[in-house]
Amino acid sequence: MSEHVIREEPVRVPLIYDPRVRSIFFQVLLVALLAMGIWWIVDNTVENLRRSNISTGFAFLRGRAGFDISDRLIDYTSDSSYGRALLVGIANTLAVAAAGIVTATILGFLVGIGRLSQNWLIRKLAMIYVEVFRNIPPLLVILFWYQGVLAVLPNVRDSLSLPLGSYLNNRGFYFPKLVWEPGSGLILAGFVAAVVLSWYVARRARARQMATGERFPVFLTSVCLIIGLPLLGYLVSGMPVSVDYPQKGTFNLSGGTNIKPEFLSLYLALSFYTASFIAEIVRAGIMGVPKGQTEAYSALGMSSNDGLRLVVIPQAMRIIIPPLTSQYLNLTKNSSLAVAIGYPDLYAVGGTILNQTGQAIEVVVIFMTVYLSISILTSLFMNWFNTKMALKER
Amino acid sequence: MKKLAIGLLSAAAIGVVATAASADTLDDVKKKGFVQCGVNTALAGFSAPNDKGEWTGLDVDYCRAVAAAVFGDGTKVKFTGLSAKDRFTALQSGEVDILSRNTTWTVNRDTALGLNFAGVTYYDGQGFMINAKKLPGVNSALQLSGASVCVQAGTTTELNLADYFSANKMEYNPVVFEKFEEANAAYDAGRCDAYTTDQSGLYAVRLQMSAPDDHVVLPEIISKEPLGPSVRQGDDKWFDIAKWTYFALLNAEEAGITQANVDEMKNSSNPDIRRLLGTESETKIGTDLGLSNDWVVNIIKATGNYGEIFERNVGSGSPLKISRGINALWTKGGLQYGMPIR
Repeated sequence: MSEHVIREEPVRVPLIYDPRVRSIFFQVLLVALLAMGIWWIVDNTVENLRRSNISTGFAFLRGRAGFDISDRLIDYTSDSSYGRALLVGIANTLAVAAAGIVTATILGFLVGIGRLSQNWLIRKLAMIYVEVFRNIPPLLVILFWYQGVLAVLPNVRDSLSLPLGSYLNNRGFYFPKLVWEPGSGLILAGFVAAVVLSWYVARRARARQMATGERFPVFLTSVCLIIGLPLLGYLVSGMPVSVDYPQKGTFNLSGGTNIKPEFLSLYLALSFYTASFIAEIVRAGIMGVPKGQTEAYSALGMSSNDGLRLVVIPQAMRIIIPPLTSQYLNLTKNSSLAVAIGYPDLYAVGGTILNQTGQAIEVVVIFMTVYLSISILTSLFMNWFNTKMALKER
Repeated sequence: MKKLAIGLLSAAAIGVVATAASADTLDDVKKKGFVQCGVNTALAGFSAPNDKGEWTGLDVDYCRAVAAAVFGDGTKVKFTGLSAKDRFTALQSGEVDILSRNTTWTVNRDTALGLNFAGVTYYDGQGFMINAKKLPGVNSALQLSGASVCVQAGTTTELNLADYFSANKMEYNPVVFEKFEEANAAYDAGRCDAYTTDQSGLYAVRLQMSAPDDHVVLPEIISKEPLGPSVRQGDDKWFDIAKWTYFALLNAEEAGITQANVDEMKNSSNPDIRRLLGTESETKIGTDLGLSNDWVVNIIKATGNYGEIFERNVGSGSPLKISRGINALWTKGGLQYGMPIR
């Protein structure tokens, strides 16, 4: 009809006004400036280190450490290398973080559920717990446990005697140690077999319930297996386990195993502090599940236990897990406050090495790398767990 | 746009060259108008704030002497309290100009850590302290096998402790604290059987215990601990000032020049004293150091000579009552020997 055909002639825009070119230009500029900034810092550092004759590089890790560490999970003496000392520190950090995460999670779930309890007293106690621990800086919680609770325990000579030959005093908690003599491998074998069998039984029971609707007492069976098989191994191999009880020595209790107050206070403080946050996360998660879900499982005739376990919690977990990950990371990082009470974690040991070798930059790089790796691994695991718990639509 | 980018690039490149750290500490110090001195946070007699909040102690007075040498005024100094662990980083990074924090002179610190020690302001040795009331019958460090020992992190003390126990085939549990105060508190609370640090420190710590008389210092001295001030490597001019301030304090004591008589002494006819106090005609000693020629007069007016500093802070004029011992002048059988100022 019309003779006017509009020809789509691309308008020639000068490069300077082309939004794409502009955006690329500014991105390149930013990267270049960033690279220059980093290069400037590195160059300046190297130049200043050279000028003040401070050694550089990571060769110092092979040097003899020369200091002792009392709390250690791996073999270490003052003749070991700095690298080994760092490993002791990393192991201690991981130990307190792992123990703290487990306890904080259990305590946090209990308190979080407690806050939603029908019972007035439990609800209020849980609330007070959360408000108290959430509002105190973690360092104060640590010092509270160290100086307020554990330091006022009796001296070694007046140790509190506890059942099973264990003792509590201001040097820590002492308890008997099991000494594994030759032949005790059978006990371990029994334990492993029991775990594998329990897993198998659980699988079969589930398949059977799916198919026939019949239920099987899985929990009871597993408990019997896990206690029974190692016990059988113990009897068959001729009871090769003896007990080493703590004895009073000149200065300290000798023998047995002990947990030092430095570890205990850090572990308790981190657990109690983080649990207050986890409790709130759990409460939010459970409250985030619509009430209709509860009504629905009741209508289906499920017991409230089954309903909570199979309907409410799985849905609440989807809300709980992401913020829970942040709390785990916080707990791990807060463990570096150990330095205030003399627990030899990575930061404390690394600080001593820094002081002895003067290689501040290298040691700080190690600190950052290790904490970053631990955090990333925790995140990866929790993301995997999150995906597993995510809503699967069928 | 391109021009702008090139401009920015070259500006950044110039920036790189211009900001490499300055190595002239004396110039920097004069510019900012005071000496920044790293000291211990709470070691009675060496460096601790008094009840008026002023820093006092032997290490503190040395810094005042340096300030007096540079500015003619012993108050032009600011103090930074440092933990044993942080002290070297603070000096290396330029946070402090001089480190005067009961620091042991060792080869490792003199080389790998990039420090230069200016002298030994106090010859010390490491010892042990125990609570004699709780541990009757212990009167030697060799009886400490199995003990828990409180110690401060990042010190030569921590290393000597490990060496001493392993050399004597004894077991022990180190309880290591970052801060001096934390270690003291833990020992006082009974967390450890023994406390170890330099002997001078032990006497100072003992005074801070809730019941000082219950604690005894064991006789063994397990190490050499020459304590002295240090500066960064790579600045000889500042190093010279640090060194010669210390020697000036010793030479003044040897010549009998005190805070009270220094003005009188300026008229002395003794050439040694005239040279020391810069009243010799055409003298260049002070200006060669980058200071004024009356630098020693300024030092002595500000702090007194080494003997006066010692007695006031740790000796008979102090609660510590430590005798001069090996810290006496060489003329009196001690180790303190001031290199000649001439």
